[in-house]
Amino acid sequence: MEKFDVHTGRAVPLRASNVDTDQIIPAVYLKRVSRTGFEDGLFAEWRKTDPDFVLNRPEYEGATVLVAGPDFGTGSSREHAVWALQDHGFKTVLSSRFADIFRGNSLKGGLLTVLLPQEVIDRLWDAIEADPATEVTVDLVDREVRAPGVRESFELDDYTRWRLLEGLDDIALTLRHTDEIGEFETTRERWKPVTL
Amino acid sequence: MARTMAEKVWEEHVVRRADGEPDLLYIDLHLVHEVTSPQAFEGLRLAGRSVRRPDLTIATEDHNVPTMDLLAPIADPVSRKQVETLRKNCSDFGVRLHPMGDIDQGVVHVVGPQLGLTQPGMTVVCGDSHTSTHGAFGALAFGIGTSQVEHVLATQTLPMQPFKTMAVTVNGTLRPGVSAKDVILAVIAKIGTGGGQGYVIEYRGEAIEALSMEARMTVCNMSIEAGARAGMIAPDQTTFDYVQGRPHAPQGADFDAAVEHWKSLRTDEGAEFDAEVVLDADELSPFVTWGTNPGQGVPLDAEVPDPASYEDPSARAAAEKALKYMDLEAGTPMREVRVDTVFLGSCTNGRIEDLRTAAEIVRGRKVADGVRMLVVPGSMRVKEQANAEGLGQVFLDAGAEWREAGCSMCLGMNPDQLKPGERSASTSNRNFEGRQGRGGRTHLVSPQVAAATAVRGTLSSPADLDA
Ligand code: SF4
Repeated sequence: MEKFDVHTGRAVPLRASNVDTDQIIPAVYLKRVSRTGFEDGLFAEWRKTDPDFVLNRPEYEGATVLVAGPDFGTGSSREHAVWALQDHGFKTVLSSRFADIFRGNSLKGGLLTVLLPQEVIDRLWDAIEADPATEVTVDLVDREVRAPGVRESFELDDYTRWRLLEGLDDIALTLRHTDEIGEFETTRERWKPVTL
Repeated sequence: MARTMAEKVWEEHVVRRADGEPDLLYIDLHLVHEVTSPQAFEGLRLAGRSVRRPDLTIATEDHNVPTMDLLAPIADPVSRKQVETLRKNCSDFGVRLHPMGDIDQGVVHVVGPQLGLTQPGMTVVCGDSHTSTHGAFGALAFGIGTSQVEHVLATQTLPMQPFKTMAVTVNGTLRPGVSAKDVILAVIAKIGTGGGQGYVIEYRGEAIEALSMEARMTVCNMSIEAGARAGMIAPDQTTFDYVQGRPHAPQGADFDAAVEHWKSLRTDEGAEFDAEVVLDADELSPFVTWGTNPGQGVPLDAEVPDPASYEDPSARAAAEKALKYMDLEAGTPMREVRVDTVFLGSCTNGRIEDLRTAAEIVRGRKVADGVRMLVVPGSMRVKEQANAEGLGQVFLDAGAEWREAGCSMCLGMNPDQLKPGERSASTSNRNFEGRQGRGGRTHLVSPQVAAATAVRGTLSSPADLDA
């Protein structure tokens, strides 16, 4: 997993609430068995049918920060939503509220999801729309978002922050505790079901 | 200290607890399907890892399998590749698989319970958000992403952040014609699609206790539509009776020991929840959605709401956008909304009881002209049972299509899709834009409403049929 410390980039304002993962990547794009190449599915429906959709606008091309509305990532647990955002080039998503599973997926996969008050999101939207060249900095070291006229700290638990800063994969971390897992297994009730 | 059921089940599964780290939880059952697992198995291969507990893992094919002509090769090459990849992965890593054509193939959340693999007090995960279904047994069951699928395959554990608890109490008695689906749609409309965020919901109260296991699964299934991590219902005699005798249920003295333990899981008297919501079952009536998220629902007797009636500007904007997509006018009575398709199935309402209920309503009647009704059993075993009870024939006589098991039009990954502009009444769980096919419009309904709607062609309840 790529490390995340401080990222600065141009941003896309996505003024919509309740953007579910079916919109982020429709089901027909989930059929690949590889881990990459999902960018073609990102917001596919909106990109296809709405010429004014933000990701169709040349001024936002190459942006790496997504500033989204509340309840971003609701619905299906598909991690492909995270991969599609990453494959498209996004490094971080800012919103006033994320769906739990999406948030979990993103933080595991190295896409930093940042919780900010809606009022700050509103200010960021205004700034980016006024000048699409506006750069937004997401600083995980100091847990702070900076943009012209905006300096706002955000919360992220120490453990997740450390994992992201180090680019550490959860599985390797857990495998350090294999003995404890084995010990726990000896205490399970004998009547618990097995599949084989 | 008095504890909630969710807290008890959590505590029983903590493998490791350390300051500043999430708890490492043991996973009792891992359900796998073709869409969210290929990258996880690939990850194992790349790292040279194996599946730690194939004996706590089970796979089935559901999301993109065809529901007709099972013997023909899957026409869509990409779907075929996913299914073939799952088969290879299961055989390489020693995981039990129920492939198409097998009697225990079907929607993963129908298969686990019917095999008796889902039991009270367990931790159950699956790379699918509707894993919350299994909470109906008093299990802590939640959907996970593909990296977590890989994590569970490799370690049989998951590092988990703590959750908050919410009690949703449904008092009173449901009136005839009002079902579990109406309860959960009403809960979501009340608390909103984000209202359950960060919570494990425990459904309780007289009306919940009176529900069958199938109906409890319908309620817990849609917890995720309220944004919750999971939904749970305390195990009781209904639960024990359902589990007993199933292929993987404990037997003899083991069953008694298990029941003793399961009884101890109930939320203690005086335990505190972080949030509480109360509903009165007597006031509920059949519920339908009008918009493009499951929180946008009203009673069938009501009208399409006017966006101007929403105080909150973002809710108003969302309503306007939804009405435009749904091609509905504010003020139109829901009963006048005409549909092209009725879909009866999915992990929400594709179990035997749902099919019985719907069959009773269409028995001796005909699906309205110009309407197609798709009946897709949740698993092949459900189909077999329905056929044994003559239900399949009832659907066929009414002019409905009686398909093979799978997710089907719930998400339209296989050929069962709405065409652009088509409108459905669907017993599934999501009415998102394009969920059932590009440009398709979905109204979420109960099996009762689905069946009556198929007969009348407009959104209806069974009572409308006698009128
Ligand atoms: S039936 Fe629908 S909701 Fe259930 S697992 Fe399949 S696609 Fe998901």
